[in-house]
Amino acid sequence: MKASAGGYARASSLRNALEMLAASDGNGRVLAGGQSLVAALNLRLSAGDVLIDISRLSELSGVTETQDGLRIGALTSHAEIGRNPLIRQSAPLLSQAVEFIAHAAIRNRGTMGGALAHADPAAEFPACVLALGATLHVEGLNGSRDIPVEDFFQDIFETAIEEGEILTGLSVPKAEPGEKQVIVEVARRSGDYALAGVCLVTRADGHRLSLFSVGPKPVLAEGAMAALDQGNIDGAVQALQAEIDPPSDTQASAAYRRHLAGVLLRRAAARIEGGNA
Amino acid sequence: MTEMFRDKIDISLTVNGEPVEARVPAGQHLVDFLRGELGLTGAHASCEHGVCGACTLKVDGKAVRGCLMLAAQADGADVWTVEGLSDLGAIKDLQDVFVERNALQCGFCTPGMLVAINELLEAGGMPSRDQIREHLSGNYCRCTGYEAIVDAVESVARVRAHKGAA
Ligand SMILES: Cc1cc2nc3c(=O)[nH]c(=O)nc-3n(C[C@H](O)[C@H](O)[C@H](O)COP(=O)(O)OP(=O)(O)OC[C@H]3O[C@@H](n4cnc5c(N)ncnc54)[C@H](O)[C@@H]3O)c2cc1C
Ligand code: FES
Ligand code: FES
Repeated sequence: MKASAGGYARASSLRNALEMLAASDGNGRVLAGGQSLVAALNLRLSAGDVLIDISRLSELSGVTETQDGLRIGALTSHAEIGRNPLIRQSAPLLSQAVEFIAHAAIRNRGTMGGALAHADPAAEFPACVLALGATLHVEGLNGSRDIPVEDFFQDIFETAIEEGEILTGLSVPKAEPGEKQVIVEVARRSGDYALAGVCLVTRADGHRLSLFSVGPKPVLAEGAMAALDQGNIDGAVQALQAEIDPPSDTQASAAYRRHLAGVLLRRAAARIEGGNA
Repeated sequence: MTEMFRDKIDISLTVNGEPVEARVPAGQHLVDFLRGELGLTGAHASCEHGVCGACTLKVDGKAVRGCLMLAAQADGADVWTVEGLSDLGAIKDLQDVFVERNALQCGFCTPGMLVAINELLEAGGMPSRDQIREHLSGNYCRCTGYEAIVDAVESVARVRAHKGAA
């Protein structure tokens, strides 16, 4: 099908984009990489929006080192996340995740910020930043806000970004020496959305475990984390079952996703144990 | 607001090395602009939601989906289609081996395949069969079963790697 758009404008700066968003009477839609939005317009899941193209705002792109972490601009592409040496070094979970996200041509245009703002419960990056304990930065005409990742994802395709705000980037802590980060998933074809997936991070102060494609938003599995901290993997797999509420759809039944989540947790834990994480 | 947002956008870009100026509707895909307005029908529009890869183009040096980029967004861009890459001779070895190895039948997926493979080969080195499969995982072919395509890419990569080393 062909896209239906109510209008288009390319923003010249973040400020300009925010002004256009404010002037759009609630019909404005930020266009970043377009790899989800243009697909939705083509499928007519969304029509009549006026598109505010932020894709050329270089101020929102790139990865920089801060005192205790990394700051990643919203417009940093999946491909750039995949090859960036700072990310490989300090947030390897994100580099690993890129290999699971869509296909090369889509990774060239899709952005980290777009993936987080889109908040697809089957997407890898939302679960990764949840496992890493990121902070999301949003900006509106009235100023900026920092949102802890635990409060950011609210429901399927729903985040704490309010009308008139743009996600400018995120901060993730740097991996400590000895920290392990692993993402594992099962998908039907390489690059397709996962049937279920797991992100596992081990730090000196304990485990962080998040799951995707097992509910309306990425899940931080705190019960399972506590069991893992005690070295009880069977207990973690069991606790996990109470913490997820997977959907049944044409791809997989809820029961199968539940089963997969347990298998994937064991796989992730084994990868970390094996030291090849 | 009406002044801010346009439903027709003026763009100027280069396509296959030639300057192009046009006025495009806000929702028009880049691939439809190339096909409908410029008559460059090499890149195909098929699924139109990013899944099949038939519309793959080279924009500013990178392979992208022509159905997930608006023509309006191509203002100032450097766009190459399979026609331009063919005229340059940039993919002649690949095209020859595709014919030799029977790596195409109906040819519908082929332009998208060639542009995607071109990106992989331009990265240099000798990709493994797994890497070739992974790179082409976003391009559907309904005819060949992929084995012949992977064979073709592997043999061109080998020849190019030898040349590079020589
Ligand atoms: C065939 C296919 C397969 C895919 N497979 C996967 C996969 O396996 N895993 C995966 O995670 N993703 C997958 N994707 C989605 C892809 O990763 C997208 O790139 C990503 O979800 C959206 O990023 P984008 O930059 O393209 O955002 P856009 O499509 O431009 O925007 C998406 C949404 O976010 C909003 N938005 C974008 N940026 C901002 C911002 N800075 N501030 C506020 N709102 C913003 C937009 O208004 C829109 O609502 C796939 C896509 C396709 C087409
Ligand atoms: S037509 Fe663009 S990916 Fe299928
Ligand atoms: S050759 Fe027919 S679809 Fe690939």
